[in-house]
Amino acid sequence: MIVGEITKSGPFTHGTNTVQRTMFTVLLALLPATFFDLYLFGWPAIFLFGVTIGSCVLAEALMLALAGRPLAKTLSDGSAILTGWLLAMTLPPWAPWWTGALGAVFAIPLAKHAFGGLGQNLFNPAMVARVALLVSFPVVMTAWIEPHPLFSANAPSFAAALDITFGNGLPDGVTAATALGYVKTELSRGIPVFQSLSEYGRNTDLSYTPDLMDLAAGYKSGSLGETSALLILLGGLFLIRRRIITWHIPATMLGTLFLLGTLFNLLDPARFAPGYVHILSGAAVLGAFFIATDYVTSPVSLKGQVIFGFGVGCLTWVIRTFAGYPEGVAFAVLLMNSLTPIIDQYTRPRLFGRTRKGEPLPLKGD
Amino acid sequence: MAALHSFIPQPPSNALPRLWTFHGGIHVPDEKSLSNAQAIEPAPLPARLVIPLQQHIGAPARVLVQVGDRVLKGQMIAEPSGFISAPVHASSSGRIIAIEPHPIPHPSGLSALCAVIETDGEDVWAELPPPLTDYPQRYPHDIRERIRWAGVVGMGGASFPTSVKLDPGADRPIHTLIINGVECEPYITCDDRLMRERAGHILAGVRIMHHLLGVERVLIGIEDNKPEAIARMRLALAETDLHACTQVVPIPTLYPSGGEKQLIRILTGREVPSGGLPAQLGIVCQNIGTAAAVADAVLEGRPLISRIVTVTGRAIAAPRNLEVRIGTPVSELIAHCGGYLEPPHKLICGGPMMGFALTHLETPITKPTNCVLALTEAESPDPGPALACIRCGRCAEVCPAKLLPQQLYWHARAKDLDRVQDYNLFDCIECGCCAQVCPSHIPLVQYYRYAKTEVWAREQEKRKSEQARARHAARQARLERQEQEKQARLRKQKEAVKSPQ
Repeated sequence: MIVGEITKSGPFTHGTNTVQRTMFTVLLALLPATFFDLYLFGWPAIFLFGVTIGSCVLAEALMLALAGRPLAKTLSDGSAILTGWLLAMTLPPWAPWWTGALGAVFAIPLAKHAFGGLGQNLFNPAMVARVALLVSFPVVMTAWIEPHPLFSANAPSFAAALDITFGNGLPDGVTAATALGYVKTELSRGIPVFQSLSEYGRNTDLSYTPDLMDLAAGYKSGSLGETSALLILLGGLFLIRRRIITWHIPATMLGTLFLLGTLFNLLDPARFAPGYVHILSGAAVLGAFFIATDYVTSPVSLKGQVIFGFGVGCLTWVIRTFAGYPEGVAFAVLLMNSLTPIIDQYTRPRLFGRTRKGEPLPLKGD
Repeated sequence: MAALHSFIPQPPSNALPRLWTFHGGIHVPDEKSLSNAQAIEPAPLPARLVIPLQQHIGAPARVLVQVGDRVLKGQMIAEPSGFISAPVHASSSGRIIAIEPHPIPHPSGLSALCAVIETDGEDVWAELPPPLTDYPQRYPHDIRERIRWAGVVGMGGASFPTSVKLDPGADRPIHTLIINGVECEPYITCDDRLMRERAGHILAGVRIMHHLLGVERVLIGIEDNKPEAIARMRLALAETDLHACTQVVPIPTLYPSGGEKQLIRILTGREVPSGGLPAQLGIVCQNIGTAAAVADAVLEGRPLISRIVTVTGRAIAAPRNLEVRIGTPVSELIAHCGGYLEPPHKLICGGPMMGFALTHLETPITKPTNCVLALTEAESPDPGPALACIRCGRCAEVCPAKLLPQQLYWHARAKDLDRVQDYNLFDCIECGCCAQVCPSHIPLVQYYRYAKTEVWAREQEKRKSEQARARHAARQARLERQEQEKQARLRKQKEAVKSPQ
C-alpha cells in the first residue's frame, strides 16, 4: 500500500453506504422469490440451496485464508453468499448436492479468485459456474421437475427429499420440460410454436395452459429463479428504488428481448415464440435485474449499460431461437461480460470543461 | 388593450437568471446549526503571533524586518517579490522575536518561514494610507495598487492575489462578476455570519470590484440553506446603486456548488475549459470575504490582518465565529471557545470534505483559513481498512468533474502515471465526493494526491535531465569548437613555417 494507515486528508465524513449493505440489500430483494420457489419445490430444493451457499462461503473462506486476507471482515461483505444464492437459483431444484458444491468450485476459486478476488473478475461467477455445469453435465442440469409444493399431496417426504439430493437422485416420472425447452423440442419435430405452447400445459400434466398470468406468477417447472417472474420483478424494482441498480440494464435487456420476440413472432408465429413468452419464461427477469446488473462485470457508465443490456437481450434471443440450448441468458451475460472493458473504454463520459475528444473546450471566437 | 396587457404575465425587471446544474455532487449533513447562530466576536490578542511569510499562491514575499525590530499593527513585514505575489502585515504591535520555520496550515504538515511577534498588548496601529473613498474618480491602477498593498488574497481557500485577478487585461473584457457566498462545506459558517452582519461592507467591496472590472452584471450566489444571509444581502443591495445590475441568487444546496467552476456553471451555464481560467469566458469569481477585505483596503486603508474563522465541531465546548488576527495559534482559539468537551478524534483545518488534519496545535491561522474543526469519534468514525472496489460506479455518479474515479484509482494504485493522466487526473478538484460515497471506504482522494505528486516529481526529473542533457550537449559543442580552433591555429602555424616570406 502506498497510502498511510490514517487519513490525513479529507473527506473526514463518510456516507452510510457499505459493500456489506449493498450485498445484503440484494439478498433482501431476492427473498420473496426465493421463499416462493423453495415452497414450490420443497425439501430437495431447500437442501440444494443450503449446500450451494454453504459451499460458496466455504470456498471463499479457503481462498481468503490462502491469500492471507482478513477472514472475518472480508467474508462478512456477503459477496460469496450472493454468488451462491444466485447460482442456487439457476440450478434445477432437485439436482444432486454435488452440482451445488462443484458449482461453488467453478464460481469462487476459478471465476473469482483466479482473477484477483472481489471486484477483479471479468465474468459473473454464478454464470460461469452454471454454464460450466451445464456443459459438463447436460442431463443433470436439464432435469427440470414440475412443482411439488411443500405440504402438498405430491411433495416428497423429508427422507425422500434427502434421498433425492444426497442419495439416488430423481425418482421416475417427475421431470417436466420448461416452456422454452418444450417449445424447442417440439419445433425440432415440426410442431409449430403456437401449437406446442398451447399444448405445453397438458403434456406436462399441469392443469393449466401457459397464459400470461401463469408464466408470470411462476407455477411452472424450471430453476428456482426461472419460475416467478413477478416476484423477481418486485425484487428488481426494490433494488432500483433503493438505488442499488439503475433501470438501464434491465429495461434495455428485457425491452430488446421483447421487441425481437414480438417482431419475429408476428412475421412467423410457427417458428418464433412471442415476446411475452421470452420475457416471462426462463431466467430473463432474474438475469435482467440480478445477474446482468452485477457491478463488477457490467459497464460503469449509463451509456455503456444501455449497450450492455441491448447486447444481452439480443444474444439471449438469438441463442434461445437458433442455438442448441433452449435458454441463453447465462451465455448472453458471459459473452457481454467479455465486452465490458471495451464498452467502458468507448463510453467514457465527456469531462467537465472538455470536448468529447478530451480536448479543453474551445472559446468563442478562438 | 390595457386590460389585456394585464393578463400577460410580465417578467419582473430583475428576474433571477436561469439556474443550471453540474454533474454529480452530494448532499451531506450541513451541521451549520452548531455555529451559525453565533455572532462574530473578536478573538483575544494572543501573547505571540506566528505569521507565515507566504500565505498566497505565487512568488514568496521578501522579509522587511529583523529579529528585535518593533512593529506596529498593520505594518508591512514582508513585501511582494513579483507580479503574482502578496505582502504580509503585522496583525498587532510588538517585537519580532524570531524569523524561523514553523508548522503552517498545509496538508503536508511541513514547516515554513514565519515571523514570530511577541505582542505588547497595546495593539497600536501603524500609520495607514488614506481612505480612497473617491475611488471612482481615481485610476484603476491606483485602486489595484492599494488592494495589492493590503495583501488581499482569495479568502475562499485558493489565496490567489486579488489585485492580479482584478486585472484581467484590456484584451480580455470581463462582463460578469460572480460573488461566491455559497459556503457549501459542512460546518463552516464564517461567510454566512459575515453576510448576515456586514452585508453593506461586502457590497461596498463588490462595488469597488464592479468598478475595476467594468462588468455588466454581478451575481451573488448563496446556497438556499442560508435564508438569513440571502435576506440581509438583498436588503443591503436595495440600499446601494448596485441593485440595477446585481442580483442575489439563491442556489440549491448541493456540495460542491461553491467550487469556482461549479458555481460559474450553475449561474451562467458555461463550463470553464479544462486548464483554463474563468476570465477566458469573461467571468471573474470572488469570495464574500475577499469583497469585505477589498472594502477594508480601499475605503479604510486597512491591510488584511484578520479574518473570520469558524471554530466548531462537537468536541468544542462552545462553537463560535471569531474575528481572528492572522498568526493566532489554533490552540488560543480552542481555549477561547471553552476548550474540548471530549478529546477530539480529529482536528481539522477547513471543512470535513476538503480540509486537512492539523498536526500541531500551535499552527497559526492564515489568510485562507476559514475553519478549525474538532470532530468527535461519533462524528467522524474511522472507516476501517479499505475493502476491494466492487465497481459500483457511485464515485463516477457523484464526480462534479465527470471523471472516472474508479479507473483513476486503479491506475494510481498501479503507479501507472501515463494512464492517470490519460484519465485526466489533473481535472480532479479533490472535492472528496467520490471517497465520501465509496462503499468500500477507499481513500480515493489520497490516491489522487499521491499520483499528482508523483507526476509532478517525474516532470521535475524530466526537466532536470533535459537540462543536464542540454548542458552536456553544450559542453560537447564547446570542446569540439575549441578542438577545431586549436587545429586551425596549428594549421596556420605550420603554413606560416612552410612558406616564409
